[in-house]
Amino acid sequence: MKHKRLFSLLLAAAVMASTLAACTPVPATTPTLPVAETSAAPVASPTAPEVATAPAEPTEVRGARALTVMTHDSFSVSEDVVAQFQAQCGCTVQFLKSGDTGLALNKAILSKNNPLADVFFGVDNTFLSRGLAGDIFEAYASPALAQMPEELKLDPGNRLLPVDFGYVTINYDRAYFTENDLPLPATLRDLADPAYESLLVVENPATSSPGLAFLLATIATFGEAGEYTYLDFWRDLRKNDVLVTDGWEDAYYGQFSGGSGEGDRPMAVSYATSPAAEVFFADPQPAESPTANLLLPGGSFKQIEFVGILKGAREPELARQWVDFMLGETFQEDIPLQMWIYPALPGAELPEVFTRHAQVPSDAVAVSPDQIEAGREKWIQAWTDVVLR
Amino acid sequence: MDRRSTALGRGLLYLLPLGFLGVFFFYPLLAVVVQSFAPGGRLDLTPIANLWREPYFGRALWFTTWQATLSTAVTLALGMPAAFVFARYRFRGKTVLRALTTIPFVLPAMVVAAAFTALLGSRGWLNSLLMDWFEMARAPVRLQQTIWLILLAHAFYNTTVVVRIVGGFWSNLDPRLSEAARVLGGNRARVFFEITLPLLLPAVAAAGLLIFLFCFTSFGVILILGGPRFATLEVEIYRQAVALFRLPEASAIALAQIVLTFVVMAIYTRAQARSSLPLNMRPAAATEVPPTTPASKLFVALTVAGLLLFLVSPLVSLALRSLAGGDDPLRYFRELFVNRTNSLFYVPPGLAIRNSVFFALITTALALTIGTVTAVLMSRGRARGAALLEPLVLLPLGTSAVTLGFGYLLTMGQPPLNLRASPVLVPIAHTLVAFPFVVRTLLPVMRGINPDWREAAAVLGASPWTAWREVDLPIVGRALLVAALFAFTTSMGEFGATLLIARPEFPTMPLVIYRLLGQPGALNYGQAMAMSTMLMLVCAVAFVLIERFRVGQVGEF
Repeated sequence: MKHKRLFSLLLAAAVMASTLAACTPVPATTPTLPVAETSAAPVASPTAPEVATAPAEPTEVRGARALTVMTHDSFSVSEDVVAQFQAQCGCTVQFLKSGDTGLALNKAILSKNNPLADVFFGVDNTFLSRGLAGDIFEAYASPALAQMPEELKLDPGNRLLPVDFGYVTINYDRAYFTENDLPLPATLRDLADPAYESLLVVENPATSSPGLAFLLATIATFGEAGEYTYLDFWRDLRKNDVLVTDGWEDAYYGQFSGGSGEGDRPMAVSYATSPAAEVFFADPQPAESPTANLLLPGGSFKQIEFVGILKGAREPELARQWVDFMLGETFQEDIPLQMWIYPALPGAELPEVFTRHAQVPSDAVAVSPDQIEAGREKWIQAWTDVVLR
Repeated sequence: MDRRSTALGRGLLYLLPLGFLGVFFFYPLLAVVVQSFAPGGRLDLTPIANLWREPYFGRALWFTTWQATLSTAVTLALGMPAAFVFARYRFRGKTVLRALTTIPFVLPAMVVAAAFTALLGSRGWLNSLLMDWFEMARAPVRLQQTIWLILLAHAFYNTTVVVRIVGGFWSNLDPRLSEAARVLGGNRARVFFEITLPLLLPAVAAAGLLIFLFCFTSFGVILILGGPRFATLEVEIYRQAVALFRLPEASAIALAQIVLTFVVMAIYTRAQARSSLPLNMRPAAATEVPPTTPASKLFVALTVAGLLLFLVSPLVSLALRSLAGGDDPLRYFRELFVNRTNSLFYVPPGLAIRNSVFFALITTALALTIGTVTAVLMSRGRARGAALLEPLVLLPLGTSAVTLGFGYLLTMGQPPLNLRASPVLVPIAHTLVAFPFVVRTLLPVMRGINPDWREAAAVLGASPWTAWREVDLPIVGRALLVAALFAFTTSMGEFGATLLIARPEFPTMPLVIYRLLGQPGALNYGQAMAMSTMLMLVCAVAFVLIERFRVGQVGEF
């Protein structure tokens, strides 16, 4: 009869699994269940990570309301900052990570008739027009907006409110240039000089957000018409054996030779804060970063990230509180070390590792969101034909 | 049991796979198709018609097909000798080696890229050695972003499919057939090609089919190891759906991919129907022998060496990389237990392991239940239902995860299926990929069982259930274990499930690895390597445990 037992075991497991499917809120008493992070834990018990939570419809905390924030995979925040908000609002906050920025936004647009969350964070200026055209955001003139710099407010209708910004630029491997006695390139066009052959790695603008940002910088710098267009520049880069990868991870860790990179190319398109992260995420921390920013004129792009309240939010009141909180000092000062970008709030204090090891490009390029949305497909196609075919 | 109640019982059994596929595959897929081609209720099929005029489509279609074909051929060529050695010979360390050869299957593409970089990269071991020996200034082996690296990676991932499916089947094959042929004067090669290979064909075809589909829908390997010059249909779908947000175009490519999967299935089904014979299957323990002759010893030694070099050395390089933390070799492992930035999304390694194993166990239970029922129905398949089921079962493997994920968003938002952001979707998404593996693993063995035995049991008064238990199960036991292993592995490796759903925080080990690789810094990369090493260790332990699993007589096989 042992086989019978095996089969009933399988059946029991299947039944158990389907029961689980039927009744989300996972009971907290079953010891083998996966344990959620404290992200949705009740406010009162930050020390009890054993509390299993049911994220979609967290109903098990009677009386406590729940706010759901949809965001991209790179989002991060400190535990105590969220705990502070939960205490303040008397609610729980749940984060839904939904892929990279583009994928997360598309998911939000597709589910607009029945939104997955109350708030969406992480639309950047390259996707802003798509987000607004998708008609998924509710306008909210947060009082906290008053302190935000005008140049970051790209949506006059206040459907998307600026939270942070950062710069995409070229990082270089200090040791390589010193050891080889090679002067640093001084302009973008220098990158096409044979002295720098096979030294640069960039990301594919069709699949990577820093890749698109860098392409946009070259479009703004060289233009689409004239004697030497952005496509001429890229044609020359290709002749100089530029390497293209599909994602930032492979470009930085797989091909770049500086810092924690494992490759052999001493220049890579990354973020202006990456040298600071190289210092912070080292043990022991070095006095100087092994990498540095190559701030070529016209070679940096400013990315701005926005938050918005989703139309049809179940908790619009909590959503407004959360947006105010994100624009407030506590959250803003938490941003740098969590996401390695700059807080939008001008007075927010920066950690030492930022002030010492990260630089702000003086001439970062800005392209208007409307122009980006209108040109994206055409530019990416033209770039693909010139660089990859 | 009278005829009518048997028919009713069988009908109910059909409900299980059909219901599962219907709810979690066809319904969401249909929703995407409707949304894409009839958004306002009016049907517009021009995106499909336009597909043929897009130059990228023809290019991607051609590349996808030939790279998958070539990858399958390479993998089969590398895997067959190993399958033979594992099936026929008993030698020390066999279980551990077999477990090691399965580990590549669970590794995220980014981690495989890291392993290959550590081994074959411009600053990797091989190049450092060659540059030292021959005093070269520049790395001589430059495989990055070449088709060779894609083929190598696909073979690295899938050799285990040949070893497990063909090897498992081979070990149940009666060796007396080929022995008799040898006695009658056939030489080794002739016996292999005229006796053994034809008998093995159902298993070889099943393994080849799975590998082909796996490479056909390859995404991470192509993106990371191949680079942007290579684009499969799956990559084009992602580009259309995410970068450009052209849903109709994405769905059109996804449909084309499904149709192609269907065609491949149809070819396979025809080949399979002709090659499948009832055999006198033997327990594996009765067919394996220690290598005694010098020739067999040499063959086993060479195969083992080949496997170590090709499959195990990248794993070792990864493990060594995770220990390269300067003066403290365990630095990166220790760091995994530290929440340096006090992040809400920090995951203690124990929790990640627990979540991964928990999801994998549920997936295994679900996939085995649904897969076994499906395979039983299909192996008895003279009925029309079985013929219908056959091509449907593999469709999830040929379907783009992004597209299906959009379907889940559109359909799973209302009660009774309010699952869009629920962790329950995780094992369900894994099961969708795992259960075709289960079916394909079980089917060749089940079809090989001589129906005379079952009929004999029935004549002697056994119920169908008793006959299945006493006749089929003991022979199928080994294949069931292999199937369980694949289901477990599929879940641990998180195939595309992250694209499927908007999930709250139930982070698994692969998700932790991706998160660590999202920020620069030596500690982040080192921790990612350490977590990958932990993933390998957990899987190796699980594989050895599954192999040791004993249930009654089944364990003796």
